[in-house]
Amino acid sequence: MLDLEFMRLALATGVIVGVLAPAVGFFLVERQASLVGDGLGHVAFAGVAVGYLLGISPVLTALVAAVIGALAIEWLRTRRGAAGDQALALVFYTGIAAGVVLISKAGALNVNLFQFLFGSILTVTRADFLTVLVLGVGALTTIAILFRGLVATVLDGEGSRVAGVPVTRLNVVVAVLAALTVAVSMRIVGILLIAALMVLPVIAANRVAWSLRSTFALSMMFGVCAVIAGLSIAYYANLPPGGTIVLVAAGFFLVASGLSAVVRRG
Amino acid sequence: MPELTSVVELEGVSFAYRAGVRVLEDVSFEVSAGEFVAIAGPNGGGKTTLLRLVLGLERPTTGTVRVFGQVGGKSVDGARIGYLPQRARVVGEAPVTVREVVSTGRLTSAGIWGPLRRSDREAVARAIETVGLSDRADSPLRTLSGGMQQRALIAKALASEPTLLALDEPTTGVDAESQDSLGVLLEELRTQFGVTILYVSHEFGAVEHVVDRIVLVRGGIVYDGPPSGLPGVWHDPSHTHA
Ligand SMILES: Nc1ncnc2c1ncn2[C@@H]1O[C@H](COP(=O)(O)OP(=O)(O)OP(=O)(O)O)[C@@H](O)[C@H]1O
Ligand SMILES: [Mg+2]
Repeated sequence: MLDLEFMRLALATGVIVGVLAPAVGFFLVERQASLVGDGLGHVAFAGVAVGYLLGISPVLTALVAAVIGALAIEWLRTRRGAAGDQALALVFYTGIAAGVVLISKAGALNVNLFQFLFGSILTVTRADFLTVLVLGVGALTTIAILFRGLVATVLDGEGSRVAGVPVTRLNVVVAVLAALTVAVSMRIVGILLIAALMVLPVIAANRVAWSLRSTFALSMMFGVCAVIAGLSIAYYANLPPGGTIVLVAAGFFLVASGLSAVVRRG
Repeated sequence: MPELTSVVELEGVSFAYRAGVRVLEDVSFEVSAGEFVAIAGPNGGGKTTLLRLVLGLERPTTGTVRVFGQVGGKSVDGARIGYLPQRARVVGEAPVTVREVVSTGRLTSAGIWGPLRRSDREAVARAIETVGLSDRADSPLRTLSGGMQQRALIAKALASEPTLLALDEPTTGVDAESQDSLGVLLEELRTQFGVTILYVSHEFGAVEHVVDRIVLVRGGIVYDGPPSGLPGVWHDPSHTHA
Protein backbone atom coordinates (compact mmCIF):
# COMPACT_ATOMS: atom_id res chain seq x y z
CA MET A 1 0.00 0.00 0.00
CA LEU A 2 3.01 2.26 0.39
CA ASP A 3 3.56 2.51 -3.38
CA LEU A 4 0.67 4.90 -3.46
CA GLU A 5 1.53 8.53 -2.84
CA PHE A 6 -1.80 9.23 -1.12
CA MET A 7 -1.28 6.30 1.24
CA ARG A 8 2.20 7.46 2.13
CA LEU A 9 0.87 10.94 2.87
CA ALA A 10 -2.03 9.51 4.83
CA LEU A 11 0.29 7.37 6.91
CA ALA A 12 2.82 10.12 7.56
CA THR A 13 0.13 12.62 8.50
CA GLY A 14 -1.70 10.02 10.55
CA VAL A 15 1.40 9.16 12.53
CA ILE A 16 1.93 12.81 13.47
CA VAL A 17 -1.71 13.17 14.49
CA GLY A 18 -1.39 9.86 16.36
CA VAL A 19 1.34 11.36 18.54
CA LEU A 20 0.02 14.90 18.76
CA ALA A 21 -3.64 14.26 19.58
CA PRO A 22 -3.06 12.07 22.66
CA ALA A 23 -0.22 14.34 23.85
CA VAL A 24 -2.57 17.32 23.93
CA GLY A 25 -5.61 15.25 24.92
CA PHE A 26 -3.75 13.85 27.93
CA PHE A 27 -4.09 17.17 29.75
CA LEU A 28 -7.80 17.36 28.93
CA VAL A 29 -8.64 13.79 29.91
CA GLU A 30 -6.79 13.99 33.22
CA ARG A 31 -8.85 16.99 34.19
CA GLN A 32 -12.11 15.33 33.18
CA ALA A 33 -12.63 17.42 30.07
CA SER A 34 -12.39 14.63 27.51
CA LEU A 35 -14.98 16.07 25.16
CA VAL A 36 -13.25 19.40 24.64
CA GLY A 37 -11.72 18.22 21.36
CA ASP A 38 -15.06 17.25 19.87
CA GLY A 39 -16.73 20.43 21.11
CA LEU A 40 -14.04 22.67 19.70
CA GLY A 41 -14.86 21.17 16.32
CA HIS A 42 -18.39 22.52 16.71
CA VAL A 43 -17.07 25.94 17.57
CA ALA A 44 -14.72 25.90 14.59
CA PHE A 45 -17.85 25.32 12.50
CA ALA A 46 -19.10 28.79 13.50
CA GLY A 47 -15.66 30.12 12.60
CA VAL A 48 -15.86 28.67 9.10
CA ALA A 49 -19.22 30.37 8.67
CA VAL A 50 -17.77 33.70 9.73
CA GLY A 51 -14.99 33.23 7.19
CA TYR A 52 -17.52 32.69 4.38
CA LEU A 53 -19.61 35.63 5.56
CA LEU A 54 -16.67 38.02 5.65
CA GLY A 55 -15.04 36.61 2.57
CA ILE A 56 -11.78 35.81 4.35
CA SER A 57 -9.95 32.54 4.83
CA PRO A 58 -12.24 30.11 6.69
CA VAL A 59 -9.17 28.27 7.99
CA LEU A 60 -8.11 31.38 9.82
CA THR A 61 -11.55 32.18 11.20
CA ALA A 62 -12.06 28.57 12.28
CA LEU A 63 -8.78 28.75 14.14
CA VAL A 64 -9.70 32.00 15.83
CA ALA A 65 -13.15 30.68 16.78
CA ALA A 66 -11.68 27.51 18.27
CA VAL A 67 -9.15 29.47 20.30
CA ILE A 68 -11.86 31.83 21.58
CA GLY A 69 -14.08 28.83 22.38
CA ALA A 70 -11.29 27.10 24.28
CA LEU A 71 -10.52 30.22 26.27
CA ALA A 72 -14.21 30.75 27.00
CA ILE A 73 -14.48 27.24 28.43
CA GLU A 74 -11.41 27.87 30.53
CA TRP A 75 -12.83 31.16 31.78
CA LEU A 76 -16.24 29.70 32.60
CA ARG A 77 -14.62 26.80 34.39
CA THR A 78 -12.18 28.75 36.53
CA ARG A 79 -13.80 32.15 37.06
CA ARG A 80 -17.48 31.48 36.94
CA GLY A 81 -17.32 28.16 38.75
CA ALA A 82 -19.28 26.28 36.08
CA ALA A 83 -18.69 22.53 36.23
CA GLY A 84 -16.44 21.36 33.41
CA ASP A 85 -19.13 19.72 31.33
CA GLN A 86 -21.55 22.64 31.75
CA ALA A 87 -18.94 25.09 30.51
CA LEU A 88 -18.41 22.79 27.54
CA ALA A 89 -22.11 22.51 26.77
CA LEU A 90 -22.62 26.25 26.98
CA VAL A 91 -19.80 27.07 24.59
CA PHE A 92 -20.44 24.28 22.12
CA TYR A 93 -24.13 24.74 21.62
CA THR A 94 -23.66 28.48 21.31
CA GLY A 95 -20.94 27.80 18.76
CA ILE A 96 -22.86 25.39 16.59
CA ALA A 97 -26.04 27.49 16.74
CA ALA A 98 -24.08 30.57 15.76
CA GLY A 99 -22.57 28.56 12.90
CA VAL A 100 -25.97 27.48 11.59
CA VAL A 101 -27.38 31.01 11.77
CA LEU A 102 -24.33 32.61 10.20
CA ILE A 103 -24.13 30.11 7.38
CA SER A 104 -27.74 30.45 6.38
CA LYS A 105 -27.19 34.22 6.49
CA ALA A 106 -24.24 33.78 4.15
CA GLY A 107 -26.32 31.54 1.89
CA ALA A 108 -23.45 29.10 1.91
CA LEU A 109 -25.14 26.06 3.39
CA ASN A 110 -23.82 23.56 0.88
CA VAL A 111 -21.89 20.33 0.65
CA ASN A 112 -18.64 22.13 0.03
CA LEU A 113 -18.65 23.50 3.50
CA PHE A 114 -18.98 20.10 5.09
CA GLN A 115 -16.16 18.69 3.04
CA PHE A 116 -14.18 21.65 4.17
CA LEU A 117 -14.96 20.94 7.78
CA PHE A 118 -14.81 17.20 7.88
CA GLY A 119 -11.75 16.20 5.94
CA SER A 120 -10.53 12.69 5.27
CA ILE A 121 -7.14 11.24 5.84
CA LEU A 122 -7.09 9.81 2.29
CA THR A 123 -7.27 13.23 0.67
CA VAL A 124 -4.26 14.68 2.48
CA THR A 125 -2.02 16.77 0.23
CA ARG A 126 1.66 17.55 0.61
CA ALA A 127 0.82 21.02 1.89
CA ASP A 128 -1.55 19.49 4.45
CA PHE A 129 1.15 17.14 5.60
CA LEU A 130 3.57 20.02 6.10
CA THR A 131 0.95 22.00 8.02
CA VAL A 132 0.36 19.10 10.40
CA LEU A 133 4.10 18.54 10.71
CA VAL A 134 4.74 22.14 11.74
CA LEU A 135 1.81 22.10 14.16
CA GLY A 136 2.92 18.78 15.64
CA VAL A 137 6.53 19.77 16.17
CA GLY A 138 5.51 23.11 17.67
CA ALA A 139 2.92 21.65 20.02
CA LEU A 140 5.07 18.74 21.17
CA THR A 141 8.03 21.02 21.83
CA THR A 142 5.84 23.31 23.91
CA ILE A 143 4.53 20.37 25.91
CA ALA A 144 8.02 18.96 26.44
CA ILE A 145 9.33 22.26 27.78
CA LEU A 146 6.36 22.93 30.06
CA PHE A 147 5.63 19.33 30.99
CA ARG A 148 6.16 19.60 34.75
CA GLY A 149 4.21 22.81 35.05
CA LEU A 150 1.35 21.41 33.00
CA VAL A 151 1.25 18.24 35.07
CA ALA A 152 1.23 20.16 38.35
CA THR A 153 -1.56 22.39 37.09
CA VAL A 154 -3.69 19.42 36.11
CA LEU A 155 -3.07 17.40 39.28
CA ASP A 156 -3.54 20.21 41.78
CA GLY A 157 -4.46 23.61 40.40
CA GLU A 158 -4.84 25.39 43.71
CA GLY A 159 -1.74 23.94 45.27
CA SER A 160 0.22 24.97 42.20
CA ARG A 161 -1.23 28.48 42.33
CA VAL A 162 -0.15 28.81 45.94
CA ALA A 163 3.31 27.58 45.00
CA GLY A 164 3.57 30.41 42.49
CA VAL A 165 3.10 28.34 39.34
CA PRO A 166 1.47 30.48 36.60
CA VAL A 167 -1.59 28.24 36.57
CA THR A 168 -3.80 30.55 34.53
CA ARG A 169 -1.21 30.94 31.81
CA LEU A 170 -0.56 27.20 31.68
CA ASN A 171 -4.30 26.53 31.39
CA VAL A 172 -4.39 28.97 28.51
CA VAL A 173 -1.50 27.10 26.88
CA VAL A 174 -3.47 23.84 27.06
CA ALA A 175 -6.62 25.52 25.74
CA VAL A 176 -4.77 27.08 22.82
CA LEU A 177 -2.93 23.84 22.00
CA ALA A 178 -6.23 21.97 21.97
CA ALA A 179 -7.84 24.59 19.76
CA LEU A 180 -4.93 24.64 17.32
CA THR A 181 -4.79 20.88 17.14
CA VAL A 182 -8.49 20.52 16.46
CA ALA A 183 -8.92 23.47 14.09
CA VAL A 184 -5.90 22.62 11.96
CA SER A 185 -6.29 18.84 11.86
CA MET A 186 -10.04 18.48 11.48
CA ARG A 187 -10.03 19.88 7.97
CA ILE A 188 -7.25 17.50 7.08
CA VAL A 189 -8.10 14.23 8.83
CA GLY A 190 -11.67 14.84 9.99
CA ILE A 191 -13.18 15.80 13.32
CA LEU A 192 -13.98 12.20 14.32
CA LEU A 193 -10.38 11.09 14.00
CA ILE A 194 -8.79 14.04 15.75
CA ALA A 195 -11.29 14.23 18.62
CA ALA A 196 -11.25 10.48 19.22
CA LEU A 197 -7.47 10.26 19.17
CA MET A 198 -7.32 12.99 21.81
CA VAL A 199 -9.18 10.74 24.21
CA LEU A 200 -9.21 6.99 23.48
CA PRO A 201 -5.44 6.30 23.61
CA VAL A 202 -5.21 8.23 26.88
CA ILE A 203 -7.96 6.34 28.64
CA ALA A 204 -6.50 3.06 27.38
CA ALA A 205 -3.10 4.08 28.77
CA ASN A 206 -4.67 5.05 32.12
CA ARG A 207 -5.68 1.41 32.50
CA VAL A 208 -2.31 -0.20 32.02
CA ALA A 209 0.30 2.42 32.89
CA TRP A 210 2.23 2.46 36.15
CA SER A 211 2.96 6.16 36.48
CA LEU A 212 2.00 9.50 35.01
CA ARG A 213 4.97 9.54 32.69
CA SER A 214 4.28 6.06 31.40
CA THR A 215 0.63 7.03 30.87
CA PHE A 216 1.76 9.92 28.72
CA ALA A 217 4.22 7.83 26.74
CA LEU A 218 1.81 4.92 26.27
CA SER A 219 -0.93 7.31 25.11
CA MET A 220 1.22 8.48 22.24
CA MET A 221 2.31 4.95 21.44
CA PHE A 222 -1.28 3.71 21.35
CA GLY A 223 -2.19 6.69 19.16
CA VAL A 224 0.47 5.86 16.58
CA CYS A 225 -0.28 2.14 16.64
CA ALA A 226 -3.99 2.78 16.14
CA VAL A 227 -3.24 4.93 13.11
CA ILE A 228 -0.88 2.43 11.50
CA ALA A 229 -3.03 -0.61 12.24
CA GLY A 230 -6.26 1.17 11.36
CA LEU A 231 -4.99 2.52 8.06
CA SER A 232 -3.61 -0.87 7.03
CA ILE A 233 -6.84 -2.66 7.89
CA ALA A 234 -8.84 0.00 6.07
CA TYR A 235 -6.66 -0.30 3.00
CA TYR A 236 -6.78 -4.08 2.68
CA ALA A 237 -10.40 -4.52 3.79
CA ASN A 238 -11.59 -1.49 1.86
CA LEU A 239 -13.08 0.27 4.89
CA PRO A 240 -13.36 3.98 5.69
CA PRO A 241 -9.98 4.87 7.24
CA GLY A 242 -11.02 7.45 9.87
CA GLY A 243 -13.65 5.18 11.37
CA THR A 244 -11.39 2.14 11.26
CA ILE A 245 -8.59 3.93 13.10
CA VAL A 246 -11.01 5.06 15.80
CA LEU A 247 -12.38 1.52 16.16
CA VAL A 248 -8.85 0.18 16.58
CA ALA A 249 -8.21 2.80 19.27
CA ALA A 250 -11.43 1.79 21.02
CA GLY A 251 -10.24 -1.83 20.73
CA PHE A 252 -7.03 -0.85 22.52
CA PHE A 253 -9.12 0.44 25.39
CA LEU A 254 -11.03 -2.85 25.65
CA VAL A 255 -7.82 -4.87 25.57
CA ALA A 256 -6.18 -2.56 28.12
CA SER A 257 -9.19 -2.86 30.43
CA GLY A 258 -9.16 -6.62 30.08
CA LEU A 259 -5.43 -6.78 30.77
CA SER A 260 -5.66 -4.63 33.87
CA ALA A 261 -8.54 -6.76 35.16
CA VAL A 262 -6.51 -9.93 34.62
CA VAL A 263 -3.43 -8.44 36.27
CA ARG A 264 -5.49 -7.29 39.23
CA ARG A 265 -6.94 -10.73 39.71
CA GLY A 266 -3.36 -12.03 39.54
CA MET B 1 15.70 38.93 50.96
CA PRO B 2 15.57 41.48 53.77
CA GLU B 3 14.85 40.14 57.25
CA LEU B 4 11.08 40.08 57.58
CA THR B 5 9.53 39.68 60.95
CA SER B 6 5.93 39.68 59.86
CA VAL B 7 5.15 36.80 57.52
CA VAL B 8 1.38 37.07 57.52
CA GLU B 9 -0.58 40.22 58.23
CA LEU B 10 -4.37 40.53 58.09
CA GLU B 11 -5.96 43.91 58.68
CA GLY B 12 -9.69 44.30 59.18
CA VAL B 13 -10.42 41.40 56.83
CA SER B 14 -14.00 40.41 56.15
CA PHE B 15 -15.02 37.78 53.70
CA ALA B 16 -18.22 36.44 52.15
CA TYR B 17 -18.56 33.66 49.57
CA ARG B 18 -22.01 35.01 48.68
CA ALA B 19 -22.93 38.67 49.01
CA GLY B 20 -24.45 39.36 52.42
CA VAL B 21 -23.36 36.13 54.10
CA ARG B 22 -20.22 37.02 56.02
CA VAL B 23 -18.11 34.03 56.83
CA LEU B 24 -15.38 36.04 58.52
CA GLU B 25 -15.88 39.45 60.09
CA ASP B 26 -13.18 42.00 60.83
CA VAL B 27 -10.23 39.66 61.26
CA SER B 28 -6.88 41.16 62.15
CA PHE B 29 -3.87 39.08 63.02
CA GLU B 30 -0.22 38.85 62.43
CA VAL B 31 2.15 35.92 62.31
CA SER B 32 5.87 36.43 62.76
CA ALA B 33 8.61 34.45 61.08
CA GLY B 34 9.20 31.13 62.80
CA GLU B 35 5.93 31.09 64.72
CA PHE B 36 3.88 27.94 65.08
CA VAL B 37 0.23 28.95 65.09
CA ALA B 38 -2.48 26.41 65.78
CA ILE B 39 -5.85 27.33 64.32
CA ALA B 40 -8.89 25.74 65.89
CA GLY B 41 -12.64 26.24 66.03
CA PRO B 42 -15.93 24.56 65.24
CA ASN B 43 -16.91 23.11 61.86
CA GLY B 44 -17.89 25.97 59.61
CA GLY B 45 -16.08 28.45 61.83
CA GLY B 46 -14.00 29.70 58.92
CA LYS B 47 -10.60 28.07 59.49
CA THR B 48 -10.19 26.85 55.93
CA THR B 49 -11.46 30.18 54.62
CA LEU B 50 -8.90 32.00 56.73
CA LEU B 51 -6.09 29.88 55.29
CA ARG B 52 -7.35 30.41 51.74
CA LEU B 53 -7.32 34.17 52.31
CA VAL B 54 -3.77 34.00 53.60
CA LEU B 55 -2.72 31.93 50.59
CA GLY B 56 -4.33 34.30 48.11
CA LEU B 57 -6.88 31.72 46.94
CA GLU B 58 -9.71 34.02 48.04
CA ARG B 59 -9.76 37.81 48.05
CA PRO B 60 -11.04 39.63 51.11
CA THR B 61 -14.30 41.54 50.70
CA THR B 62 -12.80 44.28 52.83
CA GLY B 63 -9.45 44.71 54.50
CA THR B 64 -5.99 43.69 53.37
CA VAL B 65 -3.97 40.51 53.45
CA ARG B 66 -0.20 40.74 53.29
CA VAL B 67 2.05 37.72 52.99
CA PHE B 68 5.78 38.34 53.12
CA GLY B 69 4.86 42.00 52.92
CA GLN B 70 3.05 41.61 49.59
CA VAL B 71 -0.63 42.21 48.92
CA GLY B 72 -2.68 40.03 46.58
CA GLY B 73 -0.81 36.76 46.53
CA LYS B 74 2.19 38.09 44.58
CA SER B 75 5.26 35.94 44.90
CA VAL B 76 8.36 37.12 46.66
CA ASP B 77 11.90 35.98 45.94
CA GLY B 78 13.03 33.33 48.37
CA ALA B 79 9.56 32.94 49.87
CA ARG B 80 8.13 29.52 49.34
CA ILE B 81 4.73 28.39 50.48
CA GLY B 82 3.77 24.78 51.12
CA TYR B 83 0.06 24.06 51.33
CA LEU B 84 -1.88 20.99 52.27
CA PRO B 85 -5.60 21.55 51.60
CA GLN B 86 -8.23 19.92 53.77
CA ARG B 87 -9.14 16.50 52.36
CA ALA B 88 -6.59 16.98 49.63
CA ARG B 89 -6.64 14.54 46.77
CA VAL B 90 -5.11 14.15 43.38
CA VAL B 91 -7.42 14.50 40.41
CA GLY B 92 -7.42 12.48 37.24
CA GLU B 93 -7.34 8.81 36.47
CA ALA B 94 -3.72 8.38 35.58
CA PRO B 95 -1.79 6.12 37.98
CA VAL B 96 0.37 8.99 39.23
CA THR B 97 3.07 7.82 41.62
CA VAL B 98 3.99 9.17 45.03
CA ARG B 99 7.23 10.56 43.63
CA GLU B 100 5.42 12.29 40.79
CA VAL B 101 2.91 13.88 43.16
CA VAL B 102 5.60 15.05 45.54
CA SER B 103 7.63 16.41 42.61
CA THR B 104 4.79 18.74 41.67
CA GLY B 105 5.30 20.33 45.09
CA ARG B 106 8.83 21.21 44.08
CA LEU B 107 7.92 23.65 41.32
CA THR B 108 8.32 26.81 43.40
CA SER B 109 11.98 26.12 43.80
CA ALA B 110 12.62 24.37 40.51
CA GLY B 111 10.52 26.50 38.18
CA ILE B 112 8.33 25.03 35.47
CA TRP B 113 10.89 24.81 32.67
CA GLY B 114 12.69 21.70 31.60
CA PRO B 115 13.49 18.60 33.65
CA LEU B 116 14.07 18.55 37.41
CA ARG B 117 17.61 19.16 38.53
CA ARG B 118 19.40 16.61 40.64
CA SER B 119 19.16 18.77 43.77
CA ASP B 120 15.38 18.96 43.22
CA ARG B 121 15.10 15.21 42.86
CA GLU B 122 17.03 14.80 46.09
CA ALA B 123 14.74 17.23 47.91
CA VAL B 124 11.76 15.24 46.66
CA ALA B 125 13.31 11.98 47.89
CA ARG B 126 13.99 13.60 51.27
CA ALA B 127 10.40 14.79 51.59
CA ILE B 128 9.18 11.27 50.81
CA GLU B 129 11.57 9.78 53.35
CA THR B 130 10.38 12.28 55.94
CA VAL B 131 6.86 10.90 55.82
CA GLY B 132 8.15 7.33 55.79
CA LEU B 133 7.07 6.40 52.28
CA SER B 134 10.43 5.72 50.64
CA ASP B 135 9.58 2.10 49.94
CA ARG B 136 6.34 3.13 48.22
CA ALA B 137 7.79 6.09 46.33
CA ASP B 138 7.15 4.60 42.92
CA SER B 139 3.74 3.11 43.63
CA PRO B 140 0.71 4.83 42.17
CA LEU B 141 -0.85 7.03 44.84
CA ARG B 142 -4.24 5.36 44.51
CA THR B 143 -2.80 1.99 45.50
CA LEU B 144 -1.87 3.39 48.94
CA SER B 145 -4.13 3.46 51.98
CA GLY B 146 -5.98 6.69 52.77
CA GLY B 147 -3.62 7.66 55.58
CA MET B 148 -0.57 6.92 53.43
CA GLN B 149 -2.02 9.10 50.68
CA GLN B 150 -2.41 11.89 53.20
CA ARG B 151 1.24 11.45 54.18
CA ALA B 152 2.26 11.63 50.54
CA LEU B 153 0.39 14.91 50.22
CA ILE B 154 2.13 16.22 53.34
CA ALA B 155 5.41 15.35 51.61
CA LYS B 156 4.24 17.35 48.60
CA ALA B 157 3.70 20.40 50.83
CA LEU B 158 7.20 19.90 52.26
CA ALA B 159 8.97 19.33 48.96
CA SER B 160 9.60 22.98 48.19
CA GLU B 161 11.37 23.38 51.55
CA PRO B 162 8.83 26.09 52.35
CA THR B 163 9.35 29.16 54.46
CA LEU B 164 5.62 29.25 55.19
CA LEU B 165 3.77 26.00 55.68
CA ALA B 166 -0.04 25.93 55.81
CA LEU B 167 -1.55 22.60 56.81
CA ASP B 168 -5.34 22.16 56.89
CA GLU B 169 -6.15 19.18 59.09
CA PRO B 170 -3.04 17.25 58.09
CA THR B 171 -3.55 14.39 60.51
CA THR B 172 -7.00 13.31 59.37
CA GLY B 173 -6.81 9.56 58.92
CA VAL B 174 -3.15 9.41 59.89
CA ASP B 175 -2.16 6.86 62.54
CA ALA B 176 -0.75 7.87 65.93
CA GLU B 177 2.82 6.98 65.09
CA SER B 178 2.84 9.04 61.90
CA GLN B 179 1.12 11.91 63.71
CA ASP B 180 3.91 11.90 66.26
CA SER B 181 6.60 11.87 63.61
CA LEU B 182 4.83 14.75 61.87
CA GLY B 183 4.91 16.64 65.17
CA VAL B 184 8.63 15.98 65.57
CA LEU B 185 9.27 17.02 61.99
CA LEU B 186 7.33 20.27 62.29
CA GLU B 187 9.20 21.17 65.46
CA GLU B 188 12.46 20.51 63.65
CA LEU B 189 11.43 22.63 60.68
CA ARG B 190 10.61 25.49 62.97
CA THR B 191 13.62 25.36 65.24
CA GLN B 192 16.24 24.51 62.62
CA PHE B 193 14.96 26.37 59.60
CA GLY B 194 12.69 29.01 61.10
CA VAL B 195 9.72 27.83 59.06
CA THR B 196 6.48 29.63 59.88
CA ILE B 197 3.66 27.15 60.37
CA LEU B 198 -0.12 27.54 60.28
CA TYR B 199 -1.69 24.35 61.51
CA VAL B 200 -5.46 23.86 61.36
CA SER B 201 -6.81 20.98 63.35
CA HIS B 202 -9.32 19.75 65.87
CA GLU B 203 -6.63 17.73 67.57
CA PHE B 204 -3.33 19.11 68.74
CA GLY B 205 -2.00 16.16 70.72
CA ALA B 206 0.89 15.55 68.35
CA VAL B 207 2.03 19.17 68.23
CA GLU B 208 1.09 20.27 71.74
CA HIS B 209 4.65 21.00 72.79
CA VAL B 210 5.36 23.06 69.64
CA VAL B 211 2.34 25.34 69.66
CA ASP B 212 3.29 28.95 70.50
CA ARG B 213 -0.07 30.36 69.94
CA ILE B 214 -3.57 29.25 69.35
CA VAL B 215 -6.14 31.10 67.27
CA LEU B 216 -9.80 30.22 67.66
CA VAL B 217 -11.94 31.00 64.64
CA ARG B 218 -15.70 31.26 64.80
CA GLY B 219 -16.89 33.78 62.22
CA GLY B 220 -13.94 35.86 63.33
CA ILE B 221 -11.10 35.46 65.76
CA VAL B 222 -12.55 34.81 69.19
CA TYR B 223 -9.28 33.98 70.94
CA ASP B 224 -5.66 34.59 70.03
CA GLY B 225 -2.96 33.82 72.54
CA PRO B 226 -0.94 31.11 74.26
CA PRO B 227 -2.66 27.75 74.72
CA SER B 228 -2.42 28.21 78.50
CA GLY B 229 -4.63 31.31 78.35
CA LEU B 230 -7.54 29.54 76.66
CA PRO B 231 -10.87 30.26 78.31
CA GLY B 232 -12.03 27.13 80.10
CA VAL B 233 -14.96 26.53 77.82
CA TRP B 234 -12.57 26.26 74.86
CA HIS B 235 -10.42 23.50 76.24
CA ASP B 236 -12.07 21.30 73.74
CA PRO B 237 -11.08 23.21 70.61
CA SER B 238 -13.93 21.78 68.58
CA HIS B 239 -16.44 23.15 71.06
CA THR B 240 -19.33 24.82 69.33
CA HIS B 241 -20.68 27.08 72.10
CA ALA B 242 -18.95 30.14 73.46
N1 LIG C 1 -16.99 27.43 48.49
C1 LIG C 1 -17.89 27.90 49.37
N2 LIG C 1 -19.02 28.52 48.95
C2 LIG C 1 -19.92 29.00 49.83
N3 LIG C 1 -19.79 28.91 51.16
C3 LIG C 1 -18.70 28.30 51.64
C4 LIG C 1 -17.68 27.76 50.78
N4 LIG C 1 -16.72 27.21 51.55
C5 LIG C 1 -17.10 27.39 52.82
N5 LIG C 1 -18.28 28.04 52.89
C6 LIG C 1 -18.96 28.45 54.12
O1 LIG C 1 -18.08 29.24 54.87
C7 LIG C 1 -18.15 28.92 56.25
C8 LIG C 1 -16.77 28.58 56.77
O2 LIG C 1 -16.31 27.39 56.14
P1 LIG C 1 -14.85 26.83 56.35
O3 LIG C 1 -14.67 25.71 55.41
O4 LIG C 1 -13.89 27.94 56.32
O5 LIG C 1 -14.97 26.27 57.85
P2 LIG C 1 -13.92 25.42 58.67
O6 LIG C 1 -13.70 26.14 59.95
O7 LIG C 1 -12.73 25.10 57.87
O8 LIG C 1 -14.77 24.10 58.99
P3 LIG C 1 -14.29 22.56 59.14
O9 LIG C 1 -13.84 22.37 60.55
O10 LIG C 1 -15.54 21.80 58.90
O11 LIG C 1 -13.23 22.30 58.13
C9 LIG C 1 -19.17 27.79 56.37
O12 LIG C 1 -20.38 28.37 56.79
C10 LIG C 1 -19.31 27.26 54.97
O13 LIG C 1 -20.63 26.85 54.75
MG1 LIG D 1 -11.94 23.42 57.13
